[in-house]
Amino acid sequence: MTGTTGPTNTTGTTGTAPAQDLAVDAVSVELAGTRLVHEVTLDAAAGQVVGLIGPNGSGKSTLLRCVYRVLKPAGGAVRLDGDDLHALTARETARRVAALTQEHSAEFDFTVAEVVAMGRLPHRRGFGSPADGDDARCAEALRKVRAGHLAERGFLSLSGGEKQRVLFARALVQEPRLLVLDEPTNHLDIAHQLEVLALAREAGPTVLTALHDLNLAAGHCDLLYVLRAGRIVASGPPHEVLRPALLAEVFGVRATPVRHPETGALQLLFDRLP
Amino acid sequence: MDCEGKAPGHAPGRRPPRHTRGPRQGAPHVSDPVRRIPTLPLAVGLAAALLLSLVCGVAFGSSGIELPRVLRLLGAGLTGGRLDASEAAAYAIVWEIRLPRTVLAAVVGAGLAATGVAVQALVRNALADPFVLGISSGAAVGANAVLLLGAFASLGVWAISASAFGSALVAMTLVYLAARTAYGLTPLRLVLTGTALSYGFSAITTLMVFAADRGEAARDAMMWLLGSLGGATWGSVPIAACTVLAGLAYLACAAGRLDALAMGDETSASLGVDPDRLRRELFVVTAAVTGTVVAVSGAIGFIGLLVPHLARMLVGAGHRRVLVVAPLAGALLLVWVDIASRTLLAPAELPVGVFTAVLGVPAFLLMMRRRGQAFGGSR
Repeated sequence: MTGTTGPTNTTGTTGTAPAQDLAVDAVSVELAGTRLVHEVTLDAAAGQVVGLIGPNGSGKSTLLRCVYRVLKPAGGAVRLDGDDLHALTARETARRVAALTQEHSAEFDFTVAEVVAMGRLPHRRGFGSPADGDDARCAEALRKVRAGHLAERGFLSLSGGEKQRVLFARALVQEPRLLVLDEPTNHLDIAHQLEVLALAREAGPTVLTALHDLNLAAGHCDLLYVLRAGRIVASGPPHEVLRPALLAEVFGVRATPVRHPETGALQLLFDRLP
Repeated sequence: MDCEGKAPGHAPGRRPPRHTRGPRQGAPHVSDPVRRIPTLPLAVGLAAALLLSLVCGVAFGSSGIELPRVLRLLGAGLTGGRLDASEAAAYAIVWEIRLPRTVLAAVVGAGLAATGVAVQALVRNALADPFVLGISSGAAVGANAVLLLGAFASLGVWAISASAFGSALVAMTLVYLAARTAYGLTPLRLVLTGTALSYGFSAITTLMVFAADRGEAARDAMMWLLGSLGGATWGSVPIAACTVLAGLAYLACAAGRLDALAMGDETSASLGVDPDRLRRELFVVTAAVTGTVVAVSGAIGFIGLLVPHLARMLVGAGHRRVLVVAPLAGALLLVWVDIASRTLLAPAELPVGVFTAVLGVPAFLLMMRRRGQAFGGSR
């Protein structure tokens, strides 16, 4: 798979599955007997980019892991287009929900092409032989994230930004209706941070993403949910949510909102609380 | 073919060293793509070499029977042709001793290599195999328990295999539970736990062998602890062959899921592969194959460690290809190791484990060195 040999597909074979509505309905999550997420309700309309912000340990990752089915909710339900995800099989869920996690295997050196091809796994039938068109889909997804030239490289030899792009391509070939991103900008330089969020929006599906950087959250999300100690404490469009009083209360910082001199977009300056 | 890294014009060669930084974004062109050997020609080559080696395995032995005669005797056996009465002894050596032994070597080698691949994906660590983790030694305990008690002696190799399977499953569960922490399995804990348990199981086996004293306790103990194909008969081939083939078939079907599991539990779950369920399946398959293999050949070390690593160097980490190459290479390797073990000091016979250790120990050390601190690190 070199990115040039596959049949050309001008209409695009990835990211064409229509986005679906996500409804997290009073979800509670327990780990080792401790309740980490308390009856969280959260909605993301089809195609929206919804951000989850909150300090470390507020339960963002735990909630996301529940959405992409690593964890089962102790109460409540995660619904995609009305279907309870945890009532579906793991494969059925994976055909509709893709996740970009913080996890990297450092043990087995798959090629980039192999890593991307894993995204087709939930779509394979029977004994899991690759289907027609998988090649083309993978090549196109790699092109989309501008990583076509990396196809034959070993995944472990890539830089952090390249790895993230490749994992993104894998999520794309899964043809998800919902894309879950857990701190997708971690360990990335600023150019790659902006790039990965732009890619998420272009990709088409509904996006639910945990973010640490509040300015990135302000600039890239349609809707923000603020999580503290496992509970939603505020939600709404970024400019309504990111108010100094709330940020002081939740994050313990003094925030000064300013306007970008050229775009007029909301920017926050942070200082320690006096 | 799918998009799993198949590129035209691969030259055989080594992978570039790990963690080398490639060209950054915007660099003019690809350098250092991973070089790999195309799987199909490699598999065909290995299969041909294996067939040839099977003939060699029958031809070489402590009593010299020339190759043309071996071929004639093999042919006679296959086609039902007539033989001189004077050839009866040679015929028996070829058909009743050497051939089952060589076939069994191939079956066991394939099984060991396949379980190595499975265990390495299971614990996400290329320094693991059933022997290192003490599963083989555990299986030997079960096999000997049946021999010692003699309770199911009438069931012969079937009872031994079943018991070895059971104790392999127990050993595996023990290692897994002992090495597990809240943060997952650490390689260091796994290997240490496996080594400790392996000693324990070996001691129990030795004790049982001496307690039962069937005449040659010391030699029997050696066979169980280091492995030997000396006891091979046609009776032990079917169960080993069937289990190994079934195990291989299962693993081949699970290849895509093994890829996902090897990437991590989170990745696996997000790709629709329930990691816990797959691990449970792998537990049973590994224990079954290890159990039957140990029941007929004792605990042969390092094939399961060495061969998967070799296969990955040749065709990459994708399990669809590793699971084609590794069993063939394992079979090939063990056939030759067995030939060496019975011809080098002929008429004395060395346990095959001596040779696999000679190959495996340096390879293990090299692999560990190359991994740098990842082995003892926190992950």
